[in-house]
Amino acid sequence: MVDSTQAPVPATQAVPIDEHIVEIVSDSGEGAQKAGQTFGTISAKMGNGVWTVEIIPAEIQPPARSPAGASGIRIRLASRYITNMGDQADVVVAFNEQVLYSRIANGAYKKGTTVLLEGKWRDDPVPEIRAQFDKAVSEFQQNGLIVHELPIEQACLAIVPDPRKGKNMFVLGMLCRIYSRDKQQARTEIANTFKRKGDKVIGINQQLYDAGYAFAEEHIDLSFQVPPQPQEETRGKRYIVTNGNTAVGLGVMASGMELVSMYPITPATSASHYLADVFHEVGGFVHQAEDEIAAIGFAIGSSYAGKTACTITSGPGLALKTEMLALAVMAEVPLVVVNVQRGGPSTGLPTKVEQGDLLAALFGEPGDAPKVVLAATTIQECLEFVVMARRLAEAFRTPVILLTDANLATGVQPYERPEPTLDWLAGPIDQSQWNEDIPPYQWDEETGLSSRPIPGMPGGEYILTGLAHTRQSKVAYDSESNQLGCDMRSRKLAALASTLKPPQVHGDPEGDLLVVGWGSTLGAVEEAVDKARAEGHKVSCLYLRFLSPMEPGLKEIFQRFRKVMTVEINYSDKPLAPLINDETRRYAQLAWLLRAHTLLDIDCWSVVHGHPLQPGTILEELRGRLTSMNLEGGN
Amino acid sequence: MFGLQADWSQEIFERYFTMGDYAGGEARWCPGCGDHAVLTAVQKIMRDEQLKPENSVAVSGIGCSSRLPHYMGTYGFHGLHGRALPVACGVKSRRPELDVWVATGDGDCFSIGTAHWIHALRYNMDMTVLVFDNAIYGLTKAQTSPTSPLGFKTNTHPTGAILPAHNPLTVTLGITNISFVAQVMDWNPPLLYETIRRAHQHRGTGFVRIIQRCPVYAGARGKELQGDPSQFLILEHENGIALDDSARRLFPNRQQHDPSDLAQAFALAHDQSRFPIGLLYHNPDALCYEDLSSQGVELTPQERLDGLNNILDRITI
Repeated sequence: MVDSTQAPVPATQAVPIDEHIVEIVSDSGEGAQKAGQTFGTISAKMGNGVWTVEIIPAEIQPPARSPAGASGIRIRLASRYITNMGDQADVVVAFNEQVLYSRIANGAYKKGTTVLLEGKWRDDPVPEIRAQFDKAVSEFQQNGLIVHELPIEQACLAIVPDPRKGKNMFVLGMLCRIYSRDKQQARTEIANTFKRKGDKVIGINQQLYDAGYAFAEEHIDLSFQVPPQPQEETRGKRYIVTNGNTAVGLGVMASGMELVSMYPITPATSASHYLADVFHEVGGFVHQAEDEIAAIGFAIGSSYAGKTACTITSGPGLALKTEMLALAVMAEVPLVVVNVQRGGPSTGLPTKVEQGDLLAALFGEPGDAPKVVLAATTIQECLEFVVMARRLAEAFRTPVILLTDANLATGVQPYERPEPTLDWLAGPIDQSQWNEDIPPYQWDEETGLSSRPIPGMPGGEYILTGLAHTRQSKVAYDSESNQLGCDMRSRKLAALASTLKPPQVHGDPEGDLLVVGWGSTLGAVEEAVDKARAEGHKVSCLYLRFLSPMEPGLKEIFQRFRKVMTVEINYSDKPLAPLINDETRRYAQLAWLLRAHTLLDIDCWSVVHGHPLQPGTILEELRGRLTSMNLEGGN
Repeated sequence: MFGLQADWSQEIFERYFTMGDYAGGEARWCPGCGDHAVLTAVQKIMRDEQLKPENSVAVSGIGCSSRLPHYMGTYGFHGLHGRALPVACGVKSRRPELDVWVATGDGDCFSIGTAHWIHALRYNMDMTVLVFDNAIYGLTKAQTSPTSPLGFKTNTHPTGAILPAHNPLTVTLGITNISFVAQVMDWNPPLLYETIRRAHQHRGTGFVRIIQRCPVYAGARGKELQGDPSQFLILEHENGIALDDSARRLFPNRQQHDPSDLAQAFALAHDQSRFPIGLLYHNPDALCYEDLSSQGVELTPQERLDGLNNILDRITI
């Protein structure tokens, strides 16, 4: 299988492995993502742990055969539960050589990565393309990639007239042969994938799949076996496979909210696409507003009228919503805001991941605007936390911001199917007589909590206002009223905090180094920490799901470690950069918060490369820190 | 319908609402301000229609006009500058049975809230939108508004407004799916009452621009308008706003205008020489967005749960 002209030796025995990372890379519109998602689903159904993540080009219509146009998918499959995209790929299928350059620049491959490369370009009628191809293959080989040129399109021509549409299922067949996937399972999954297009299309795609499978059997000398996860972990459980945005949409429905009011913004919009497709089945509605401000205003109007609503956005949208958020805080309107974070500031990196909105979520509004801020660490939590957010919003009469990010939004994995019950859903709204002796903000002085009249309740008529107000919701400009209102709204966070438990430490409860994180980096950080611990390092990690209020007991936990640092995907000054010293250094966002919160000297490591953090990168950083700590000595 | 816990069937005939039931705090507008007249008209309409205070919601933005909810005995939402309409639409979206009133002003609606003015009217949800247009920012003390006349002296343009006044009627009439556009002045109570009543009766967004006096910061303008009825052109039609004899006597200029005639409405709105007064445009059949946005409100929790389980089953592997 060295190149398309030589017939390779067929594999005889599948090599058992416990995990592999596969990529399919192509120009846009060649179906790589569909092939990869189907491969991931087949693997999940066979009991593997799976994480897939799409490789998204920066432009909508990038030119063909350009590094910037690299589109595709990465699939990580393993004999255990998988929580992140992993490090370098093991096997790559590429439809042209140019798109591989951007993946190489991203450090996606290593020495020994096998590249199954469409070989037709070597004989292209355009001399420049032949030269580009020849040059690229030599460079890849010099970099240690193992390149196999394969006549993929040529083989597809036997089945379809235009292999650009169809070769993806041929590649699926190849991968299923290489990874010993169940053939019937695959055929069923292809039927599912194309069920809206009819039997004829399903048939052609199954033919392509079969051809790819046979092709790999004959021409590709790679054969692996990835055993399923141990049965005790999966027995009796049912799984669903979604990305984080679909999970948010499911969470909205599982919370009983009936309205999502949104304005399109990458990378949040696909949550609303999903809801627009299915929301009517649970009686819900997606309102596409004229702008971000109207989107949250509409949601607030609905919430005020007793139907707690959700608005889904990303950083620039959150910025536009700040005045409305402050109104919801001031007037104590329950509301769920999901922020699928992307790279910032400004328009920033719309399709790429960052955890840059934490401080904006907590402190974005002028004036004191205490509210609940949660962060999902997994795709499953994207679903579960929306349900929790609606409840918190109503119980504490407050807006709740749920932070997810582009990594969770685009990552796809199987997770346990929720088994919702009636008490997950919002109950019917109360329309009974309101006791006129109870004012609309009957703050309990200890907790700040109060219950609210809802339009339709006789006797509860009140005027909600964004101005400072009394318990009666009367506009008040006096000092005492303003102080009391601020006290009461803040008190609610303390009341919520008093119900929370300290977070769990992953690893030993004490040691040399504690890594603290939040959000989607959990999987990669835990994996890195596990590897460092296996090497003998005394390192643990801890994840915060509640950022406002924070979970209790942090100072006590932190003091059991010699050093504490955060790992985040947002900006911080590197300690050795020019002009940076203890006084000028700007820390990563959670580190800022924790330093203020605990008065401990908490360090950070963060980057803004636009990519999800990978376990190998984190491990390298941890090793460096731990080694220098050990050189410094001490205990 | 919404899990009503109270049984009104016995009580509904026993409750009779007086003006006092629709009154909240004492109105704090300046003496002579036109806002008082609008408040009274709204309260009278509510009394005459016997609307339940608990089912009425007055939504406003920021400005003198937007204090109106505070003086009502209904539910109210005094929100952000320019953002009354999105909130009002949200109130209506899943609670279509609520009676929604919006109080906004020339700054609130025609300046900072412009996007929502355009789009909320396109949604055409069943609500009454009253724009208190006094051509000045009053609450913040005399800044130029979009409808301030050219040359009008304000604190932001001390030598006079430097642009011609914005014409909100032509813009409003250009919005797709509008259904009710009327104009009236604040100082003719019967006309004001009748115009707002018709806007409220209309199913869809009843949009009324109220030409309004500000005695403190635009006193001369108010006196001039009030003292010269020839500056107005009264629109008459059997489908228009009903006129009483006193109005006929007062206003010398009257013209027949069929409110279904959008082209003529445009022409009348474009003519800056006189303010057209009456119903410029009416389409009782325009689509109302709440008919779409409220779909599914009747589902029981069990039906929602069943729907959710069906959705989950489809993606369960």
